[in-house]
Amino acid sequence: MRQVIHCKLSTDLLCLGLIILLAFSTSLSAQEGDPATGKTLFNANCAACHQLDKKMTGPALRDVEARLANDQGLDKAWIYAWIRNSAGVIKSGDAYGNKIFNEYGGTAMTAFPQLSDQDINNILAYTAEVKAEPVAQAVESATNTAETSGISNELILGALAILFVLLAAGLYLVNKTLRRFAAAKDIDLPETKRISIWKAFVQNQFLVLVTAIFLLLASAYFVYGYLMQIGVDQGYQPIQPIHFSHKIHTGDNAIDCKYCHSSARVSKTSGIPSLNVCMNCHKSIYEYKGETSVEFTKEFYDGEIKKLYAAAGWDDTAQQYTGDSQPVKWVRIHNLPDFVYFNHSQHVSVAGVECQTCHGPVETMEVVSQFAPLTMGWCIDCHRTTNVKVEGNAYYTKIHEELSKKYGVDKLTAAQMGGLECGKCHY
Amino acid sequence: MNHMKSLIKISVIFVVLITMTSCRKDTAPNYQFMPNMYAPISYETYGESTAFANGVEAQLSAEGTISRGHSLFEYENSIEGYALAKENLKSSLDSTQVNLDNAKILYDIYCGICHGVKGDGQGNLVKREKILGIPRYDDPARAINEGSIYHTIYYGKNAMGSYANLLNEKERWEVVSYVLKLKADLEK
Ligand code: HEC
Ligand code: HEC
Ligand code: HEC
Ligand code: HEC
Ligand code: HEC
Ligand code: HEC
Ligand code: HEC
Repeated sequence: MRQVIHCKLSTDLLCLGLIILLAFSTSLSAQEGDPATGKTLFNANCAACHQLDKKMTGPALRDVEARLANDQGLDKAWIYAWIRNSAGVIKSGDAYGNKIFNEYGGTAMTAFPQLSDQDINNILAYTAEVKAEPVAQAVESATNTAETSGISNELILGALAILFVLLAAGLYLVNKTLRRFAAAKDIDLPETKRISIWKAFVQNQFLVLVTAIFLLLASAYFVYGYLMQIGVDQGYQPIQPIHFSHKIHTGDNAIDCKYCHSSARVSKTSGIPSLNVCMNCHKSIYEYKGETSVEFTKEFYDGEIKKLYAAAGWDDTAQQYTGDSQPVKWVRIHNLPDFVYFNHSQHVSVAGVECQTCHGPVETMEVVSQFAPLTMGWCIDCHRTTNVKVEGNAYYTKIHEELSKKYGVDKLTAAQMGGLECGKCHY
Repeated sequence: MNHMKSLIKISVIFVVLITMTSCRKDTAPNYQFMPNMYAPISYETYGESTAFANGVEAQLSAEGTISRGHSLFEYENSIEGYALAKENLKSSLDSTQVNLDNAKILYDIYCGICHGVKGDGQGNLVKREKILGIPRYDDPARAINEGSIYHTIYYGKNAMGSYANLLNEKERWEVVSYVLKLKADLEK
């Protein structure tokens, strides 16, 4: 009997162990995947078409496993089959597969036969993560410190100015009270016999002459300066209909100038990109997640992207074009008079001049402003000092040899090649 | 009293000077001197124009016509068109006409920002997590070839846009050759 009891006990124990093990293992299988590796896999394979909380080419995938299980009664096996070969699932006549395929206008999802069960579990674990609340706190405190440091500078300056005024007023008052004391005490202040300084000045004819000449020259200088800047728009910085930041696009994200100003490679005009070029990226980039400041907040930037969507006629929730688009009226900044001919491709592609030489550090500008004066003197100065780029340009080998011989130099400047002839720029 | 008066005079001059020097606004263009020949009479590229119904100078070419220097592309913008191009479309350039140095410059400008200069899907925008899910060119599931790459550049594919208006036909085929070279390098 003892034996039996003992045996029963041990089987009981075994059973208990098994139950515990089972319970443990089911709970294990529920969170088997590793969200961190899942995220990498998701970003590498799925993110082109799916996002967690937003419809893109394909549906939003947050909690997809639970959603499919609850709403459609589809298990993990279906998801495995779908991800490895969705076309196969659709062909097999699967009802839900066909439904969602048609819902997405027959867009085919790429097949991923190379993903193992473990990989897919990892991805699902990542999609099952709870949505993280934006970390507004950190940003706020960061902007706060920036703000205070900006304010403190102005505060110090203001305080200094007030201090000076107080000091001057104090001295004046002290002087006045001292005089009053002196008067009260009947002390004779040694009254210097003063000729007013003006009278002394007028009496000295030499000084008058010198000052007159000086004043004339100075005013001539200012008048000349004023006249010379008429028609020169250096520093011109208009407000654009969409706040487009070159600092964010070309500085932070290192997008090449010619990606957008594409025709600078091949034509006279450099051009402002048409909206389909913007949409190449902004189909996927629907919000701004970079650095912000007090003046330019995340809401501000997001609103500007919304403006782009409105102009391009892109409906972000339905992920398709409405066909209702308007042109954006960009304000032109650099503008030569019509009687001058300037060609971008000659300078950018042939001469190999960097955009920044003429347009300044555009990649640091939040709002573009005109950097160069665009006067004739500016063009000519550069033509006098810049050498023609002859390497790798078959067109130049012969003419370069002949001109070098003519001028007796071994490097030709643009001017020596004819860059000073009036007809090259005016015709 | 005298002091006071001169003080006032000086400050008046000061204020006038300041207002004179600070009245130039950066958001408005400067005055022009006799602007007779400054503004164009002809239409400016991408300018406004009353000649067309929608008020802009830039127009699409009339339906059924092909602009000078362009040619007809027979494959449709659809999954079937893509499949057909993958099967049949071959490059119009032979190997002597392809300048791979030039193609590299173009690729780095237009594609490298997403696909990475090596084509491994790790462009700058991907590294900064702005755009995700860019495929590697050697992805066996996609098995891209010259026809499919050209179709993708021409029409785009899902989240990728079209590059037909940024590259001309010859440049597109050069970029295709360069992508195939990157793919071969990745598969090594
Ligand atoms: C080429 C774009 C594309 C890629 C890449 C892609 N998908 Fe999809 N996916 C879709 C589309 C489109 C649908 C909608 C059904 C259809 O049209 O085929 C879909 C549907 C799904 C569904 C069904 C969702 C639902 O709500 O019913 C799941 C699950 C899914 N995808 C998972 C993934 C995973 C995981 C990956 C990455 C390994 C991935 N997809 C990569 C385009 C894609
Ligand atoms: C993502 C697209 C994009 C990129 C990349 C880009 N730009 Fe721009 N650029 C624009 C747009 C849009 C405008 C018109 C709005 C404005 O003036 O801010 C513009 C305007 C300009 C202007 C003023 C044009 C005028 O009206 O006179 C200059 C100059 C300029 N860009 C130079 C550059 C340079 C140099 C680079 C590379 C460092 C560059 N851009 C990169 C889109 C871009
Ligand atoms: C090559 C990709 C690319 C192209 C092309 C592009 N953008 Fe962007 N854009 C970005 C990125 C990256 C960001 C920053 C997103 C972030 O940091 O989260 C951005 C941010 C923005 C923002 C918010 C910040 C700001 O600059 O005010 C606006 C508005 C914007 N883009 C408008 C445009 C417009 C208009 C065009 C077309 C002229 C354009 N973009 C073309 C990649 C691009
Ligand atoms: C040699 C000096 C020079 C260089 C180099 C140069 N630009 Fe310009 N850019 C100008 C001048 C001058 C204008 C005014 C042209 C006009 O009004 O006809 C201009 C105008 C522009 C404009 C607005 C008007 C237009 O032509 O559409 C843009 C945009 C522009 N440049 C971008 C660029 C980019 C991008 C690069 C580099 C690829 C570049 N520029 C290189 C001198 C230069
Ligand atoms: C940063 C220097 C630089 C500036 C600024 C510059 N250019 Fe040039 N330009 C060159 C160089 C270098 C060449 C020679 C290009 C070549 O190799 O053909 C050139 C060539 C030219 C040519 C062709 C000359 C020829 O012999 O065929 C014209 C026209 C021209 N520039 C007009 C202008 C105008 C107009 C401006 C001012 C709005 C200007 N350039 C400003 C550097 C400059
Ligand atoms: C490298 C190009 C270039 C060459 C060469 C050149 N110019 Fe100019 N010229 C310009 C530019 C650019 C302006 C516009 C300046 C401005 O708007 O401030 C200009 C303006 C002028 C103006 C002023 C017109 C007005 O109403 O403001 C005159 C006059 C002129 N040029 C005469 C000449 C003569 C004469 C020659 C030959 C000796 C010559 N230019 C050669 C680029 C050139
Ligand atoms: C704005 C980012 C971006 C840029 C720039 C870009 N692509 Fe893509 N590309 C993508 C995305 C996203 C996909 C995945 C599309 C999908 O869902 O299948 C892709 C896919 C591809 C594919 C595979 C398509 C297939 O058959 O499955 C090729 C080939 C390709 N791109 C070539 C290029 C070339 C060549 C360029 C330059 C002209 C370029 N891409 C520029 C984002 C980009």
